[in-house]
Amino acid sequence: MATYTLDIRVMPRRALLDPQGQAVEHALAALGFAAVGAVRVGKALTVSLEAATPQAAREHGEAMCRRLLANPVTDDFEVRMGGGT
Amino acid sequence: MTRVAVVRFPGSNCDEDTLRAAERAGATAYYVWHRDTDLAQAEVVVLPGGFAYGDYLRAGAIARFSPVMASVIAHAEAGGVLVGICNGFQVLCEAGLLPGALMRNAGLRFVSRPVDVRVEATDTPCTAAYPKGAILSLPVAHGEGRYVADDATLRELEDEDRVVFRYVGRNPNGSMADIAGVTNRARNVVGMMPHPERAADPLIGSVAGGGVFTSLVECVQLLRGGST
Repeated sequence: MATYTLDIRVMPRRALLDPQGQAVEHALAALGFAAVGAVRVGKALTVSLEAATPQAAREHGEAMCRRLLANPVTDDFEVRMGGGT
Repeated sequence: MTRVAVVRFPGSNCDEDTLRAAERAGATAYYVWHRDTDLAQAEVVVLPGGFAYGDYLRAGAIARFSPVMASVIAHAEAGGVLVGICNGFQVLCEAGLLPGALMRNAGLRFVSRPVDVRVEATDTPCTAAYPKGAILSLPVAHGEGRYVADDATLRELEDEDRVVFRYVGRNPNGSMADIAGVTNRARNVVGMMPHPERAADPLIGSVAGGGVFTSLVECVQLLRGGST
């Protein structure tokens, strides 16, 4: 067993209205960041866990997303292997 | 007397109003702590409003795994009446007992004011005492009340007449199809964002929501076959 760190990103599904993203987008435009296109706001989680292999660690992370971390109705998620602990 | 269990999560804050509104409607109401699992005596289970677990992660996401929830799900699957109000509605969606989800209000602000809702379906345990199409002024108080569901689910809700309440006039949160409350296919589980328990006593200025609780009591008496 080794300790792995997972970087998990949970983002609102593209088809759904993201009012937080829109508010940040407008604020950036107001500050003069004229080049900004669309902004979306989601969540980032860092999870450290024990697992036999990196693949097993990632699969645990995906199971956590399906069960709790992401809402299947509204969110998409991505699990990446993070840096060392 | 109809027995109503009001579940208390850490962070519930409409539990007392809900208990009193149920009592006013003639029920025997009692609290069940979220770590308890005995709902055997309950004919109606209500998940009240509040901010269970501080709404951490997503509203209702953690409460949905509280020990009591296995019993809540079993109660609903056995055909028992189950109602979620505001945060309770969020918990029911997270638990998969109702379709869809409740997201951040389109206007980003927490909205706390009376809104008009229309009773769209009267064949539910929460609305049987109202005439179809009745417009009720009920308080809302939420930051995450924007009901969303995929197109297929929305079509199904409309085709099966499962939208129970709809906002009329100004929609406070940008919900799809102006939805304020829905029921499941078996019509024994209802979730709603407005707070009927905050409008169920003349002392606080309105009894517009009292019909939700008299509906619950009457519905259980019908389920028992007319005996009280």
